[in-house]
Amino acid sequence: MSDFPRWKYALVALMMLFGVIYALPNAFIPVPAVQVSANRDAPPVDQALRQRVEATLQQQHIQFGKVDVHGDNLLATFANTDVQKSGSDAIKALLGDEYTVAFKLQSTVPGWLSAIGARSMPLGLDLQGGVHFLMQVDENDVIDKQESSYADDIRSLLRDKKIHYESVTRSTVRGQGVAVVLRSAEDRAKASDAIANEYNDLLVSNGPSTGDRFVLKAVIKPDKLRDISRGAITQNLQTLRNRINALGVSEPLIQQQGESHIVVDLAGVQDPAEAKKLIGTVATLEYRPGIGHPGDPQAVEAEKTGNIPPDANLYHMRGTNLPVLVSKQVIVTGKELVDASSGIDQQSGTPKVDVTLNAAGARKMSDFTNANVGKPMAVVYVERVTETRMVDGKEVRTPKITESVINDANIASPFGKQFQTTGLGSPKEASDLALLLKGGAFAAPVDIIEEGVIGSSLGADNIDKGFKSVMLGLALVLLAAAIYYKLFGLVADIALFFNLVILVAVMSLIGVTLTMPGIAGIVLTLGMAIDANVLICERVREELRNGSTPHASIRAGYEKAWSTILDANVTHLIAALALTTMGTGAIKGFGVTLMIGILTSLFTSVTLTHAFTAAIHGHRKLKTLSV
Amino acid sequence: MEIFNHDSNIHFLGMRKYTITIAILLMIGSIALIATRGLNYGLDFTGGISMLVNYDKPVEIGEVRGALAKGGFADAVVQSLGGTREVSIRFQAKDDKNAIQANGTVNLDRVSADVMKQLQVARADAKLKSRDFVSAEVGAELKTDGTWAALFVILGIMAYLWIRFERRFAIAAVATEIHDVLVTLGIIALVQREFDMTVLASVLAVIGYSINDKVVVFDRIRELFRLARKAEPEEILNRSINNTLSRTIITSLFTGITMGAMYFIGGPAVHGFAITMLIGIVVGTLSSIFVASPILLWLGVSKKDLMPVTRDNPELARRP
Repeated sequence: MSDFPRWKYALVALMMLFGVIYALPNAFIPVPAVQVSANRDAPPVDQALRQRVEATLQQQHIQFGKVDVHGDNLLATFANTDVQKSGSDAIKALLGDEYTVAFKLQSTVPGWLSAIGARSMPLGLDLQGGVHFLMQVDENDVIDKQESSYADDIRSLLRDKKIHYESVTRSTVRGQGVAVVLRSAEDRAKASDAIANEYNDLLVSNGPSTGDRFVLKAVIKPDKLRDISRGAITQNLQTLRNRINALGVSEPLIQQQGESHIVVDLAGVQDPAEAKKLIGTVATLEYRPGIGHPGDPQAVEAEKTGNIPPDANLYHMRGTNLPVLVSKQVIVTGKELVDASSGIDQQSGTPKVDVTLNAAGARKMSDFTNANVGKPMAVVYVERVTETRMVDGKEVRTPKITESVINDANIASPFGKQFQTTGLGSPKEASDLALLLKGGAFAAPVDIIEEGVIGSSLGADNIDKGFKSVMLGLALVLLAAAIYYKLFGLVADIALFFNLVILVAVMSLIGVTLTMPGIAGIVLTLGMAIDANVLICERVREELRNGSTPHASIRAGYEKAWSTILDANVTHLIAALALTTMGTGAIKGFGVTLMIGILTSLFTSVTLTHAFTAAIHGHRKLKTLSV
Repeated sequence: MEIFNHDSNIHFLGMRKYTITIAILLMIGSIALIATRGLNYGLDFTGGISMLVNYDKPVEIGEVRGALAKGGFADAVVQSLGGTREVSIRFQAKDDKNAIQANGTVNLDRVSADVMKQLQVARADAKLKSRDFVSAEVGAELKTDGTWAALFVILGIMAYLWIRFERRFAIAAVATEIHDVLVTLGIIALVQREFDMTVLASVLAVIGYSINDKVVVFDRIRELFRLARKAEPEEILNRSINNTLSRTIITSLFTGITMGAMYFIGGPAVHGFAITMLIGIVVGTLSSIFVASPILLWLGVSKKDLMPVTRDNPELARRP
């Protein structure tokens, strides 16, 4: 046996097997499908629904693959995206608003492959078509709101503490906080202490004073500001996720990019108008006195008969969909809400949501709760969507308002500025409620700063061209290596082929989204992976020329080339790493591919070829080498 | 098979005065080109609106331009995309007054409807394939990101080579690297190829590729210095270049083949990437042979800088 250890043979065999198995799912091309799921009050998806859908499709002569019930969803497959479109239209017309009908690419990967976690690479928008948005969260607006709210709070704090002031105003420059003008140095010292004690997030300092004007500046601490803007992003991400789920896109990509950007990629959606409408939704909330409890006889009766008391509205609870009566009187609105966060109540151990109101809201809340202990209070969530349609070449905007009750609880004792809602079912419910409250209170406006629509035909075209260029590039290098380095070239060819297989396997396993720049990265990896073999082969040739025996040449060739290969690849890896730090998706995809490619090629070009070379030459007495 | 004479002993360093002069001239020329002609920045950097339009039958660029000019889009840039049936149209959002909404954002649906109306008046078979809008701020961000990434690469590589080799190697590699990037950008500016995100990725990949080339030569230099009894730097450097010459060229050819394949059949999406990479491969290969080693020689590399640090061996010290 040669000097190649047995465990390395095993490792090489294992890696080859791993590569083949985990790259395999990509060979199964997913089929276009339409997915139907029931909305909250619709009857669940069942066999009867399946028959209705089938009958409609047959009646309209739309060719379909099969219609199946998968868990809570109904799935109809089609031969191509054109038929998918007409199929979806027909199903939508049949089922109406009660069901969500969405485009989906149904995987055809066999069950045993999925069972071991093997899956195909998700395709980027440039390869399957869809819409892409890049949104910027308006952090200035968030800061404006916070500073205005602090100005209000300071004003009422000074009034409570009976400190005379000339004025409390927001600084004209954003981020410069609140300027308080007082009449004397003593007042200023008192105010400074009071503000610093009450508000930990404010940095209080003396400003320039002229004559009888003593200025005090209160600036929001940078840490707090950072928290606020981070919160605004998380908030918007969550709100967007909820809304886009309603759109029924099967695999939406919604993620933060950089400090203040959000990317939304919706594959398969060809009409950005509807998506944009959802994204542009504005939500607010109102605290109102409740009348009875959700689902109690009075509310059920009102729903059945349509007899709603004149001073009340009939709404439905979000989630459970129970009817509930709510008074028309508004106690406080989302504008007066400063913060909402979820946690666990120390006393009862149940999940809770802490809510903080601003000074004005606190006063109204305190007045109301003092008079209404033991009575219910409801939170009404209002979403406004502006629909824009073109009628006779003119834009017609119609607002559509949906209202629901997100929380309904009894007032345990009077409260004002800060209060908590306890007794929530689960920590998830609590965090959902906190997010909804914040969403209604200060969803920072988002601006769309990048928008793209990629037609599905362009995507198919890109896949085709990308695949062909990978294959042609691979074939040419395989051929050139075999001609130039003969047997060693063929071994390098096997390595290069497995490099592609293992690269695809690793990318699929990690779940890297394949894009056109990613394909370029694969091709470049293949072109550069051969470099290690060129280095080894040239070394082996050199050793042979220097008069070494074939076996010694192979050993020396691999040994001496290794340090060079390592240095070259580490420097290359540094370059690839820099590419992955770039915020933009396209370059990132390229960098990630390149990085994985460098690592896999290190293995295949060195260890794998060494195993093959050792296996071929190991036992025999050699006079020459075919290199 | 062998193309290169393995005994080649071309006196590359003998030409160093000329090669370095040429390299410096190329760099100055590139800087001048980038400064005067500038890079033809794509949508990713400038911001604006881009549309891909497909025609059922072949179309003339002039025809499309004419149709757009009638609709007030006289400043639009129209390019054909490999073939006669597909064109890309690029313009700034301000060219369409109707597009700007009250809050200052751009209504892409409206713009594309306006443009398609104009195109379909002239030719009924025009079809919209894709459309994009990028705001100018995003573009500006990309430029800064790109500059940072390039700096990170250069400094990272310098640090690695400093540790693994020696200070002079790090400086020589980075100097050559800067040369390669500048000349590649200079050529892109000269031919006014569109500089978009994929081209930026490609330029960064060129840095990775060409450093690979240099490291291989440097590795050989280190090895030969350590082996040689009488180490005349100029001779060692020259032998290293000659010894690695066939590898340098073969690897470039192999990588070049794959990029060529991508250029010819990869489609417009990767055109810019492949061509930039091809330019970078040529520039990087030449600079590995003609530029990197002369710089190293001038920096005064010597055998003693490269000897592995000998550990104190008490056994050896005790021997007479």
